[in-house]
Amino acid sequence: MLLDIKGLDVAFLTRRETVKAARNVSLQVEAGEVLGLVGESGAGKSTIGNAIMDLLEKPGEVTAGEILFKGKNIRGLSEDEMRRIRGDEIGMIFQDPQTSLNPLLTIGQQLVETIQKSLGLRDKAAADRAVELLEGVGITEARARLQAYPHQFSGGMRQRVVIALALAGDPDLIIADEPTTALDVSIQAQILDLIKGLCRSRNLGVIIVTHDIGVIANIADRVAVMYRGEVVETGPVAQVLGAPTHAYTKSLIAAVPRADKRLKRFAAIDYIEGGDAPRRRIDVQNHWLGAAQDFRPPKGIAVDVKNISLSFVLQKAILKRNRKMLKAVNDVSFQIREGETFGLVGESGSGKSTIARCIARLYNVDQGSIQAMGRDLLADPRAPETRKARRALQMVFQDPYSSLNGRMRVGEIVAEPIRFFKLTADEAETQRIIGDLLDHVGLGASAAKRYPHEFSGGQRQRISIARALASRPRILICDEPTSALDVSIQAQILNLLKDLQDELGLTMLFISHDLPVIRQMCDRIAVMKDGAICEIGENEQLFTAPQHPYTRHLLDLMPRMDLLEPSAVMPAEG
Amino acid sequence: MATTKPPLGFWGRLADNDVAHSFLTTPSAMIAAGIAVLCIGAALLAPLIAPFNPFDPSQISLWDGKLPPAWIEGGQAQYLLGTDNQGRDMLSTILYGGRLSIIVGLAAVCLGMVLGVVLGVISGYFGGTVDSIIMRAADVQLTIPGILLAILINGVGRAVLPLEMRDEFAIYVVIVAIGLTDWPQFARVVRGATMVEVSKEYVQAARVIDLPGWMIMVRHILPNVMRPVLVLATIGLALAVIAEATLSFLGQGIPPTTPSLGTLIRVGNEFLFSGLWWITFFPAIALVVLVFSVNLLGDWMRDALNPKLR
Repeated sequence: MLLDIKGLDVAFLTRRETVKAARNVSLQVEAGEVLGLVGESGAGKSTIGNAIMDLLEKPGEVTAGEILFKGKNIRGLSEDEMRRIRGDEIGMIFQDPQTSLNPLLTIGQQLVETIQKSLGLRDKAAADRAVELLEGVGITEARARLQAYPHQFSGGMRQRVVIALALAGDPDLIIADEPTTALDVSIQAQILDLIKGLCRSRNLGVIIVTHDIGVIANIADRVAVMYRGEVVETGPVAQVLGAPTHAYTKSLIAAVPRADKRLKRFAAIDYIEGGDAPRRRIDVQNHWLGAAQDFRPPKGIAVDVKNISLSFVLQKAILKRNRKMLKAVNDVSFQIREGETFGLVGESGSGKSTIARCIARLYNVDQGSIQAMGRDLLADPRAPETRKARRALQMVFQDPYSSLNGRMRVGEIVAEPIRFFKLTADEAETQRIIGDLLDHVGLGASAAKRYPHEFSGGQRQRISIARALASRPRILICDEPTSALDVSIQAQILNLLKDLQDELGLTMLFISHDLPVIRQMCDRIAVMKDGAICEIGENEQLFTAPQHPYTRHLLDLMPRMDLLEPSAVMPAEG
Repeated sequence: MATTKPPLGFWGRLADNDVAHSFLTTPSAMIAAGIAVLCIGAALLAPLIAPFNPFDPSQISLWDGKLPPAWIEGGQAQYLLGTDNQGRDMLSTILYGGRLSIIVGLAAVCLGMVLGVVLGVISGYFGGTVDSIIMRAADVQLTIPGILLAILINGVGRAVLPLEMRDEFAIYVVIVAIGLTDWPQFARVVRGATMVEVSKEYVQAARVIDLPGWMIMVRHILPNVMRPVLVLATIGLALAVIAEATLSFLGQGIPPTTPSLGTLIRVGNEFLFSGLWWITFFPAIALVVLVFSVNLLGDWMRDALNPKLR
């Protein structure tokens, strides 16, 4: 047994309370085995990794249990002894390769220094060893690259260097804390393959800490599922993911968006944050929210985008020809039908968010036209007709923390559009509608009196949705609404959006980099690359018979979920 | 798991607040706050607690002039800190003078703050040409030492006023002079904070609603950029009191008929070498204690309101 953790307790003592980040955690890792540690934010999975390395940040503290490494208890060793174990015996790979390398030293200097410290080799031998290590992690022309600085490498290459650094002291155990979260999908697969290969060839024990079930499915041999500081289920990957026994694991797996088929809703996620908050359904026919709009879209086209282009100035210059421009959106046209969900998908930097911001009029397009509900959005912004069209169009943003003004009460935030557009007759009606809206998104009317910081990320996103609904929009633009959220919270928010769309007949523009999410949410999908649309197609057709080579490439990169047997997933109707 | 506590009352919640907790566990902040409150309170309540009214000729007697403090031989018990050349009680003059200094300081900081915050928010919100014009103006002003600028504004202000109104309006001229030299500090800080806030999504959400720019600035941005302003205003208060004292010491500020701390120090300075040290010493000490305590308070506030240093 390489590593044997028995009954580990970790507590954070703060002024207000003692937070138990890990409770009675027991884990085993054999040499040559990858253990996946999976859980959502706050589950305590990173805490375990840091506790093993004695790297807990103040005021964290191991309060009980043993950490047996090669049969010897390493808990409570002195800082000097621990420093020898770190690097020589246990290597660590952190999430962000940007910050785990020193930008002022060359790759060679950093590697050689580490090698000399732990193996005591001379300069020449250490440099040879560094080259060997870099070649081992798949970096070509390694000897020349020793002279390079971290900024000269791409993100994936940097993570390879970090892995080489972790291997420098010839450790027996590697702890990788979210090693691929900061990387693009295509690079993620390569890095995971590399880690798995190293594990096998060097007979290393590896602990992968991640929130991503897809990563676990691709790399781990065994998996431990953590929930609120406790390991709720351990076992071989195929068994835990294919036939989970614990209710939390079941919920978690049901919440993972599937790429292979479209479900009507995510199965009931009843294990998180007190469960799917009970929403009060509203009789939309007779409610303020459903009150008839004063216009209908012509021919069922809610949004009509024609040939829009937008460039950003990268480098200013007085002469036009000296300016450096970036074509963020290049001659894009599409139509969104009334009542459908239209998806925009692409990698970061493909211009999908820019298009959303053009339609929301946060950016001014250089060319082209945008119509919403048959009205020209680019016309005089003060004209009452344009105002109406803009009111019909609202947006839900990505970051639940910066999208709400922390100095305003939730009620004020939701009331702002209602008051500004004078949508109600009097203050009493406004208050009643705020309560109804908050009820409707599953928060309860009492939320109105509180401030945003009292809510979690998922709840804040519900507030955002309530604010967007407050101006009685017909079109909702969702710009990566769930990419900052845990997978189970994501499932709840996506369910909420689906329900709202059904009840209110909203038209949605849904933007995401995450293909499985797009697969679950959208009716028609446009694939974007470098500011242009490659392909527009129906959901089913795009995922089963993609036409454009780039679409096929993106689909190939999706983490495979073959392990999740259909039988393991709860029924679609929840 | 969280240990549950009984719900707190209003004062309990106030003391449980992170900033309040930091205050209650930082002795230097509490002492500084105590002294500052004492100084400012004593000065503002001067008409009620001062033993004499130094501006009332009937209470002044030239016979009692130049008396030393009470504990030195020749001192009288009723004049605790001695008297000046005109027979005014030093303690009373310091209280009244301190009152004037603090009023001038507060008013000047308010003027500078309002000007700086308004220009800073506008500059950060609109960016581009507006930003360039405002910030270049601030840069130009910052190349001139503040006190020189204050003297210049003060001089122009006095020259514009007719002779008989000069003494009467001197205090307002000083306030304007100090306030106008103060604004670039506020404008720079607020502009930076505004630019951070503008890029946040809640401002974009407000724009999607179509709120007009001034409403976004007032309702959304302003409340979120006021923290650093509070710190700056506290430290600015100390600086403004010093600036007033400097102006008055140079004879550019408050006239001797209604003396401020600076004027007192200047008047006393003339008698320093005749051995009448108390006329300049006690006002100077009062100034130092006031400025020091306000500064300490500002330092603590800067740390307490900075989430990174908590």
